[in-house]
Amino acid sequence: MQPSSQDLSELVQSGRVHRRLYTDPEIFELEMQRIFGVAWVYVGHESQVRNPGDYFATRLGRKPVVMVRDNDGAVRVVHNQCAHRGALVVATEKGNAPEFTCCYHGWTYHLNGRLKAVPLNHGYPRDFNPDNPAMAMTQVPRVESYRGFVFASDVRDGPGLDQWLGHMKTSLDDLIDRAPDGEIEVAGGTFKHAYDANWKVYFENLCDAAHPLFVHRSSIDAAQQQSDDVYSDGSGEIAIRQMRQNGAPYSFWESQVGIWTYPNGHSYLGDYHDDSKLVAALKDPVFKEYIETMERKKGKQETQRIMEVRRWNSNIYPNVSLMSQFQQLRVVHPISVNRTVVHTYSFRLKGAPEQMFRNTISFANIVNGTGSLVLTDDLEIYNRLDLGMSSEGTEWLQIGRGYQSDVPDAQGGRRGKNSTSEVYIRNMFDAWLGLMTNGRDPSEKAAA
Amino acid sequence: MMPNTQPLRGSSSVAQDRPDVRQCEDFLVHEARLLDEAKFDEWLSLFTEDAHYWVPSEPDQASPHDTVSLMYDDRRLLETRVRRLASPRIYSQEPRSRTSRIVTNVSLADADADGGSLIRSKFVLIEYRREQQRLFAGTYFHRLVVRDGAIRIAMKRVDLVNCDAPMDGLVVPF
Repeated sequence: MQPSSQDLSELVQSGRVHRRLYTDPEIFELEMQRIFGVAWVYVGHESQVRNPGDYFATRLGRKPVVMVRDNDGAVRVVHNQCAHRGALVVATEKGNAPEFTCCYHGWTYHLNGRLKAVPLNHGYPRDFNPDNPAMAMTQVPRVESYRGFVFASDVRDGPGLDQWLGHMKTSLDDLIDRAPDGEIEVAGGTFKHAYDANWKVYFENLCDAAHPLFVHRSSIDAAQQQSDDVYSDGSGEIAIRQMRQNGAPYSFWESQVGIWTYPNGHSYLGDYHDDSKLVAALKDPVFKEYIETMERKKGKQETQRIMEVRRWNSNIYPNVSLMSQFQQLRVVHPISVNRTVVHTYSFRLKGAPEQMFRNTISFANIVNGTGSLVLTDDLEIYNRLDLGMSSEGTEWLQIGRGYQSDVPDAQGGRRGKNSTSEVYIRNMFDAWLGLMTNGRDPSEKAAA
Repeated sequence: MMPNTQPLRGSSSVAQDRPDVRQCEDFLVHEARLLDEAKFDEWLSLFTEDAHYWVPSEPDQASPHDTVSLMYDDRRLLETRVRRLASPRIYSQEPRSRTSRIVTNVSLADADADGGSLIRSKFVLIEYRREQQRLFAGTYFHRLVVRDGAIRIAMKRVDLVNCDAPMDGLVVPF
């Protein structure tokens, strides 16, 4: 039986949530309707569809969609489904096409999804009308881009993207600001890592400053014991620095990182590997060249301001997380209540030295790689969460860390007094409950 | 061509500076056995001091530097990878994987690749862990050189047929 709003409200309490939120297939179905079917969901970046006819096939929640550059220059998102018999129309992940043709009976669509031609069209009933807007690869009703980042909402009404993102726009800005030419592009391929657990646990881990020292112990130890006198072409060196930094003491994680949360479920964790630790410390003249280029293009003061923005993961609820300093972006695709696939992308900073992108790739391999020495232990934790939550031993899961010490943030959110506060999980569940019960996000009310 | 009457193990000495294909095949079988038996330190010792180990994320990937890779280790990172595998706190290997590899279709792809022989082979790898069995298959490229009379790996590239598929974590090397 479908849970009522009251049922759902009872599952989210102060400092604890019921394990059903992660394991109940009916709740998952509701999430697909009320969260992924309503909220602004990240689809892709405009650089993936630069020219008319360029397309990128992806999913909006579980729904297959195509992001496409229309002939008029607009970016559209259309459902990847033929209006005739329902078949998937676009079967390749990316490419360029003048029109979309269904492989079943040859129905052909304009790039905006409108029906263009139907073979044997005399055989349909008298009222068959190819111009009927419903006879189309249906457009997702709302598509908006924030500086090239394309989001879509599968309902006609609701807050605009600008309002939905709120203060989190500054994390998207940070990614772009770091490009000397003020422009970025998706480049360098995609990782698609998968795990057997609920989609929500992914974001709940990304801003968790209390886990690295424990979960990543094996790679911390291995990296700390690694001699630096062994041959490296630079890529291994970046990976090893990242792993060593995970071994910072608890006192560091507790007091020097910072966790900030904002209305609609968004949050970011402060950085613990700033550029000076990862790149400049390589004694690589490339970083110096990069800073000089930035100063030449943007001025010293603006360059300094940009370099002082230090964020690790910025989570934009419900499906995209970015590392603005390191040109990484992760998109969470829920598959079922206990299966999730995460696609990760890298960005090239236009105008930066080419070696910068090589470093971005090395960094991507260690933080997002399917064979990473770090990420694989996170994936194991997700699997164990689902295995453990199947038990009925404990009904309630604890998310109360820092509950009594969180403090307001000047930008209208709440932040943890300590960096290991689980405030970002509570904040996501505030948004979750608001969307799931069709009400307003309680934290949004507080901010208003 | 003279038949090889004395098949050489990978760790055995090689008189000439270019191993023949049969010697390379023996070496690859030896390498697969070390991996299946989780003798990762011994596996590491098969690589040269400036070796690379590479599992691309895309078919026909041209470079490990402009595109992400499922694994791309220079010698320094490969040592760290192997050291981590021995850690009692490697949670992604609790319980440990068991693997079985078949290496076959060994041929010489390039007799003179950067001072070594580029050997192409096919592999099938079955990995069992925690009630699940996974099947991997693909092509190995080994650039093999002779160092102090023994065959060593200067570069190993692993092209998985499903390299761009969504995948659960990859911990045991291919």
